[in-house]
Amino acid sequence: MTALSLTNVNKSFGKVHVLKDINIDVAEGEFVVFVGPSGCGKSTLLRVIAGLEDATTGDVKIGADVVNMSPPSKRGIAMVFQSYALYPHLTVRGNMSLALKQERQPKDVIAERVNNAAEMLNLADYLNRYPSELSGGQRQRVAIGRAIVREPKLFLFDEPLSNLDAALRMNTRIEIANLHRKLGAAMIYVTHDQTEAMTLADKIVVLRDGRVEQIGTPMELYNNPANRFVAGFLGSPSMNFLPAGLINEGDDRTIGIRPEDLRISEDGALNATVTHVEKLGGDTNIIAHVNSHQITARLFGQHDVEEGAGIRLGFAAERTYHFDASGARLG
Amino acid sequence: MNQARSTPFNKAAMHGALILYTLIALFPVFVILINSFKTRRAIFREPLSLPDADSFSLIGYQTVLKQGDFFLYLQNSMIVTVASLFFVLLFGAMAAFALSEYRFRGNMWMGLYLALGIMIPIRIGTVAILDMMVATGLVNTLWALILVYTAQGLPLAVFILSEFMRQVSDDLKNAGRIDGLSEYTIFFRLVLPLVRPAMATVAVFNMIPIWNDLWFPLILAPGEETKTLTLGSQVFIGQFVTDWNAVLSALSMAILPVLLLYVIFSRQLIRGITSGAVK
Repeated sequence: MTALSLTNVNKSFGKVHVLKDINIDVAEGEFVVFVGPSGCGKSTLLRVIAGLEDATTGDVKIGADVVNMSPPSKRGIAMVFQSYALYPHLTVRGNMSLALKQERQPKDVIAERVNNAAEMLNLADYLNRYPSELSGGQRQRVAIGRAIVREPKLFLFDEPLSNLDAALRMNTRIEIANLHRKLGAAMIYVTHDQTEAMTLADKIVVLRDGRVEQIGTPMELYNNPANRFVAGFLGSPSMNFLPAGLINEGDDRTIGIRPEDLRISEDGALNATVTHVEKLGGDTNIIAHVNSHQITARLFGQHDVEEGAGIRLGFAAERTYHFDASGARLG
Repeated sequence: MNQARSTPFNKAAMHGALILYTLIALFPVFVILINSFKTRRAIFREPLSLPDADSFSLIGYQTVLKQGDFFLYLQNSMIVTVASLFFVLLFGAMAAFALSEYRFRGNMWMGLYLALGIMIPIRIGTVAILDMMVATGLVNTLWALILVYTAQGLPLAVFILSEFMRQVSDDLKNAGRIDGLSEYTIFFRLVLPLVRPAMATVAVFNMIPIWNDLWFPLILAPGEETKTLTLGSQVFIGQFVTDWNAVLSALSMAILPVLLLYVIFSRQLIRGITSGAVK
């Protein structure tokens, strides 16, 4: 049973073609993350699913129904926005119950659902406050609560964590993961942050310039990227790309090596000069230059490496990726 | 204010400038007020002196209240001003919402067309307007004035309000749509409260010229029943003799209601600004 299926969805604003032939299926209960650099069309795609924008061509199917012509409120979805988008004139309770009042749900159902959601999100003490009296994290929880009470078939998250600070972001990320486990509903989550994508997703959809680059589980994409873009986008620090000619004379491919696959070794194939060392405690990132190419090596544990020192970096051949000039993966 | 940036000298200079400006702005009002309480001879002998036991007189106010129907004129002015402002704000905000919120063919041209009225004085069309009012039988009704003032105020209102409405968060409007609010509810409940400072600005800009206008009342509604205060006060200004006591008294009383309206709107203005600043 699919919760959402997009068939040949295209979207143009005037002459600008923003979404190009998108085909995606989301299974019941699946957590799908749309990830890509800014301007890749991921938010537009989410808006098309929500019904805030109409697809120029193609079908959007939520559950068993084609919803191309349905207004957002009739699609069985709920959406959490980046800027929270709480109604400033309503209390937390008012914010959470507004959609249910619009659906003309009976009062006791509304009260019960709001109280359940507030309980789940630790908002019970704040129900009578106004959004302006809440902290950023609390506002985000209210926004999530407003989505939960509607018991939608599909949750849509539009970069919900980008306005939070780093510590809060990690906590809220875990809360969202727990919420998904508890509710079991399908969720679509848009982000430009690959860490969020990797940690939350059952399935990642990588988008670039309005096109789907690759769809798969986080580990599939990490271990088996379809092209140079996906390889470079997922993973932090991101993959190193070097002309293979540096290692084998006359090889015109590009070689990709993950930073954690590089080792300092006497007989390493790469002769590098250290330009900067990032000591994170658990890890040490060494940024070095091979000729004019910057390369990052991620070493586990703490290492004392002098800036400006010459080192040799080695790697296992089976842990490398090869790309042609157009960025497509080879062999 | 930042402690480091506010020296006593800065403060004094700032307040000095503000006080000076206040004095300049209030001086004419002050002269009108004091002279409205003086005898005719005292007005001309010493226009700047305060009324004393000798020169004090309420003759102006008595004339105003006896001659003509002052309270009817006041009521007419109030009705015209308030109704015009209401329509300017309502239609202006609605047009601005449509222009800033919806993408449709010719959106930009429509916006420019609506803003064009800022550059063309409405009085150029007086003859045509008079023709229309005669044809529709609206001459000598308050509706004639309300319609004209609404038309006069709309261009600037649309221009200012659409600029402000573009700044209202899209997410908020979209959240409303997903929650099943109608476009009207989104407009009235979500967007309008957030652009209240801009609405107050537009209201203040439009209020004063409408209240003070002599041109259109004289042409479109000169009848006794529909005279506005400004027009009503003109009976005291003659070609050969002007009853200055009465003119000054009428003006003094005409200032009060508009001052009251201004206070109401400027409250909104200040509240809007602070509520935005502290979130």
